[in-house]
Amino acid sequence: MKVTCNIDVHHLTRVEGHGNIKISIKEGRLEQATWEVVETPRFFEALLVGKKWDNAPWICGRICGICSIGHTLASIRAIENAFGMVPSEQTRKLRLLLKHMETLQSHVLHLYFLAAPDFLNVGSVFPLINSHPEVVRMAARLKLLANDICDCVGGRRLHPTRTVVGGFTMLPEKAELAMFRKRLLEAIKDLYATADIFRTFSLPDFVRETEFVSLKGEGAYPFIGGDLVSTDGVVRKESEYRQMTNEYLVAQSTSKWSKLSRDSFAVGALARVNNNFVFLETAAKEVAASFGLQPVNHNPYMNNIAQLVESVQVVLEAVALIDELLGSAWDAPREQVMPREGFGVGAVEVPRGILYHAYEFDATGHIIRCDCVIPTSQNHANIQHDLSALAGKFAAEGMQDRNLELLAEMLVRSYDPCISCSVH
Amino acid sequence: MPETSSNPKTYLGVPVHRPKVAFFELSSCEGCQLQLLNNEATLLDFLALVEVVRFREGMTGGTDDYEIAFVEGSITRQDEEERLRSIRKTARVLVAFGSCACFGGVNQLKNRFSLDQVKKEVYGDHPVDTDYARPLEAVVPVDLRIYGCPVKKEEVEKIVTRIALGSEVVHPRYPVCMECKANGNICLFELGEPCLGPITRAGCDSWCPSNRAGCWGCRGPADDMNILQMVSIMEKYGFSRETIVDRLECFGGFTGHMETFRDAAGIQEKGLKP
Repeated sequence: MKVTCNIDVHHLTRVEGHGNIKISIKEGRLEQATWEVVETPRFFEALLVGKKWDNAPWICGRICGICSIGHTLASIRAIENAFGMVPSEQTRKLRLLLKHMETLQSHVLHLYFLAAPDFLNVGSVFPLINSHPEVVRMAARLKLLANDICDCVGGRRLHPTRTVVGGFTMLPEKAELAMFRKRLLEAIKDLYATADIFRTFSLPDFVRETEFVSLKGEGAYPFIGGDLVSTDGVVRKESEYRQMTNEYLVAQSTSKWSKLSRDSFAVGALARVNNNFVFLETAAKEVAASFGLQPVNHNPYMNNIAQLVESVQVVLEAVALIDELLGSAWDAPREQVMPREGFGVGAVEVPRGILYHAYEFDATGHIIRCDCVIPTSQNHANIQHDLSALAGKFAAEGMQDRNLELLAEMLVRSYDPCISCSVH
Repeated sequence: MPETSSNPKTYLGVPVHRPKVAFFELSSCEGCQLQLLNNEATLLDFLALVEVVRFREGMTGGTDDYEIAFVEGSITRQDEEERLRSIRKTARVLVAFGSCACFGGVNQLKNRFSLDQVKKEVYGDHPVDTDYARPLEAVVPVDLRIYGCPVKKEEVEKIVTRIALGSEVVHPRYPVCMECKANGNICLFELGEPCLGPITRAGCDSWCPSNRAGCWGCRGPADDMNILQMVSIMEKYGFSRETIVDRLECFGGFTGHMETFRDAAGIQEKGLKP
């Protein structure tokens, strides 16, 4: 049967921020499919102009309520690069541990609270509290652990307090880290149980060949700094991020869009797994294999599974980092900052993909220009192209509107978009 | 297991009304709402206390039959003004949720410039719609404020419990400094760290100073605070006026006091470079 329908999702739910999906199909033929971003801009890049360097991490962390730690760390890295500072080994490890726990809390939030309800045919996690109490308790336990470690290392799970240019204002108690190590080992079991649950879900069968962009691993699965890479073979230095992102403006979005070798590209967990699969821990690779996830995978719904794989990865890495931190005496928490004229870029893999902060400073350390390129803004064009291809394919197959609407919503949710962040 | 409407929660044996609540967000990072989901240990108890009927970030569907509306974010565009007016019409209690809703938050830092300047800086000549960032009370009456960037979940729970029990919500009148002293912290001034603890409203349990990060005033002014006295103390400790201004203007809570401060300090506002 040839379907004629109009789908109009105003302010898509279970995503961060405000976006609309509009699809119009006439007699089985796609007339239009649009991913609109209507979020209000907050102008972070303008409001920082003239401010001294120490304002930037504090203010820029507030771009995002989910990945505030990632924004803070990208901001700090950009400033340290501009001032020619190299963080100590101890600072590097603590930042990575903090970063890992933000990744875990964000991925668990997305997998259980935002994505899973679609597969279980409910509107939110709330009905699952009654129908699947054990599962909700497990999700809460995983998220709580990640957030507790963020409190311990970063001072606060949201908008961290201890993270500063040069290091940390305070260091965690070693006894606490040792206690968290035990809870992390327990968490691995919860993540395997999560994998068991997700294996019972059937991911939509949809593939569209895509270019994937992420940090380029050098001996380890990359999270903070380094070269940039794409599955189409582009390699750039961190400081050349503009050639990797090529931002431009479109009428349908208050967020900027990006492109590289094709009309669009994707960033995020799936992009990282696709580019850096060889650097995953064996246990994480095994979880990937149990879902048939191997590079290069072009099914956008697989981003959910890639997040699960990364959850295992970051827990294992966190245990190793704690072992290293416990194995040596604390150094000074913080180094002196000497501002200077210059330009610095910080690239950090945050839960939704690669994030760039860049600042230009005058000789007194005041910001002349600021630029933040957000993972979700890099994904918007790809979401648009996926949406058109998805709607065209399933309209031709005669799918009914309610089913298509759900698939379209699930597609956008798979990217775990952080829309207010993308507009900032 | 959470109670349902037909099985009301009791407190000391007395049935407690379980209010229907809704969450909305205007220009913000949505972090204050997420603080609720970041409440893993007590989330289920919280859900037993209130019935969440709308929460776009966490649930599909819902109703507009709510009594308490928690609104996060500041107003920066005409359509947000209209959304807020319509929420105000439905809600019996309108709660300004977090610093952006209470004071404009970090968003209001753009008000240092002209709208044309900020648009040009970020979007060039591409057309984009924006207004100066304003708190909720600039558009509608607000019944209750929950301060902080971010809000503190323990405080949110305490306040919501009081609303559910029908008791009055009273914020501390004293400054963060009091909590910081009670927590036994070394004064950050002695460690060379600027801090607005002496003038900022308490209630966060000196969240930042306890982590050796000076206060940036996200909760706005304490009752009867003395801004000029604080400035003279900070100057005694060698902090520059620029450092003090950065903190005072960061979240918008001290906007009404900035003129006094600038007049006394003889400070000119900085603008975007041409």
